[in-house]
Amino acid sequence: MIRVKELSFYYNRDRMILDKINFCAPKGQCTAILGNNGAGKSTLIKCLNRILEPRQGAVFVDGKNIKELGRKDIAKYIAYAAQGSTGGRFTVFDSVLLGRKPYIKLEPSKEDFGIVESVIKRMGIEKLALRYTDELSGGEIQKVMLARALAQQPRVLLLDEPTGSLDLGNQHEVLAEIRQIAETEQICVIIVIHDLNLALRYCDNFLFLKDKRVFSFGGVETITPESVKEVYKTPVTVREIGGVMTVVPFPC
Amino acid sequence: MKNPRTYKDYIRHKKLFILFTALIAAFAALWAISAGSAGISLKEVMLTLIGRGGKQSSIIVFNHRLPRIVTAIVAGTGLAAAGCVMQSVLKNPLASASTLGISQGSAFGASFAIIVLGAGMQNQTFSGITISNPYIVSVCAFISASLSTLIVLALSSFKKAAPEAMVLSGVALSTMFSGATALMQYFAADVKVAAVVFWTFGDLGRGGRSEIFIMSAAVALSLLYFFFNRWNLNALQNGEETAKALGVNVTRVRLLGMLICSLTVSIIVSFVGIINFIGLIAPHLVRRFIGNDHRYLLPASALTGAFLLVAGDTAARLIAAPIILPIGAITSFLGAPLFIYLIFKGARVK
Repeated sequence: MIRVKELSFYYNRDRMILDKINFCAPKGQCTAILGNNGAGKSTLIKCLNRILEPRQGAVFVDGKNIKELGRKDIAKYIAYAAQGSTGGRFTVFDSVLLGRKPYIKLEPSKEDFGIVESVIKRMGIEKLALRYTDELSGGEIQKVMLARALAQQPRVLLLDEPTGSLDLGNQHEVLAEIRQIAETEQICVIIVIHDLNLALRYCDNFLFLKDKRVFSFGGVETITPESVKEVYKTPVTVREIGGVMTVVPFPC
Repeated sequence: MKNPRTYKDYIRHKKLFILFTALIAAFAALWAISAGSAGISLKEVMLTLIGRGGKQSSIIVFNHRLPRIVTAIVAGTGLAAAGCVMQSVLKNPLASASTLGISQGSAFGASFAIIVLGAGMQNQTFSGITISNPYIVSVCAFISASLSTLIVLALSSFKKAAPEAMVLSGVALSTMFSGATALMQYFAADVKVAAVVFWTFGDLGRGGRSEIFIMSAAVALSLLYFFFNRWNLNALQNGEETAKALGVNVTRVRLLGMLICSLTVSIIVSFVGIINFIGLIAPHLVRRFIGNDHRYLLPASALTGAFLLVAGDTAARLIAAPIILPIGAITSFLGAPLFIYLIFKGARVK
């Protein structure tokens, strides 16, 4: 479980980016961070594991204040997968092995190798294990980065646009996998995502950011035509189509 | 190499590659000892090295050729390893001693020692240049090179050690040092300018035992530091944010890494003169074969650097024997075509 208390961030004192953010994301569930471009979604999740240092406020993971932990210890609690980055000429296996970095002293142990193998298997990328990451497709890279994050065996998983460069089939495959991992491993997953319909389908909690603050936070009931219109300045209707809650913009 | 089937196979390939580079470097060193105006066969070299050679070959090997070749091995190792780390820490394929102002800084220091402190000049004879006080030249070159490094690092730490800030301030500083050197040379007597030019060409035969010892110690310490940071360097390849999320103190790895690289290169350059291309080409060459994993990239780059410098120096001694061509010019002249070949071959593979 991750609890965020009065978190504020700015690069320049005159221009706040995040202003007194409060929320609490439970374990075993997926929480979506939503908001328009430039609302500070990515900045918010980077503040959670101190990639960016919050200026004020505190973040607690399972009751521990992360401000009091060293970088290595934070990495054992919180994993982060960046927006579509590649790692240059590393094999998939080595890229995932890097997830064990916080635990490795000099050389990876047998246990480290075992964890990496099982994570690779779980993500279904065994066949890619010895391919170089700079030769993979967007969807495959996303899975590799997810696998690396899981190899950290975190309590909290931060994902920045995990479906940003994926096709329809891969979007659903990756998010379904993430959701299942959250449930079975009892990890708290926080996802920055643009697609409201994907969020509605795979997330349990929804946090809307607007004007540097939390606009609303809660379950599926917080996604109403009114709230979406307010945040995105776009008229929508929310309907059930084929048994799935769906946001339809500009309804006729 | 055929495609490996298991991770173990794949690691074995990389280890074999390192062994291969080590063997090539060792063979090049032996060949370099045997090659020269006083021809000594490989067999004799071996015998002499284990203490069973003749008196004359002992003198040639131990007093003339071995110090030079050990210098080449140590300098090549240090330059290549430092180049490799600078490239990955700054995430810039062009990062090297010359882009960061280290070479220009040391050239300025050497010029200052020769011109202002009068540590050397050209004699009447054709190539007779005496550096009358090599220690002062080395010390000045080292001080000035590390000064330029420290300024670059101090400036970039205002920007949280952003790689672009380091590269750009390095370029700015190298221009400034080149300008200062040019000004100094403009007002200097031509015999002194000749001595400066001679110094900057680089010469592996300059080092005596104590110089070799200092260089070896510096290179060994920096290799040790790089060894302990190989996982940090790997993490950094995946971007600053990912590295931070993996528990790496990015700012510290960057600043300390750059400091150690620069000091090592400064020490080498202040003893042997400016040898630019090794630090750039060795890591790029090796990356093509075994990828970016610093567990293997670093040792293989270091060995390849040693090989290249030994081979380059031997070529410099043999091409126009008995004249020894300047090593800095040879590595650049022969290195550049090889480098261009690598780049374009790389483009075709992708």
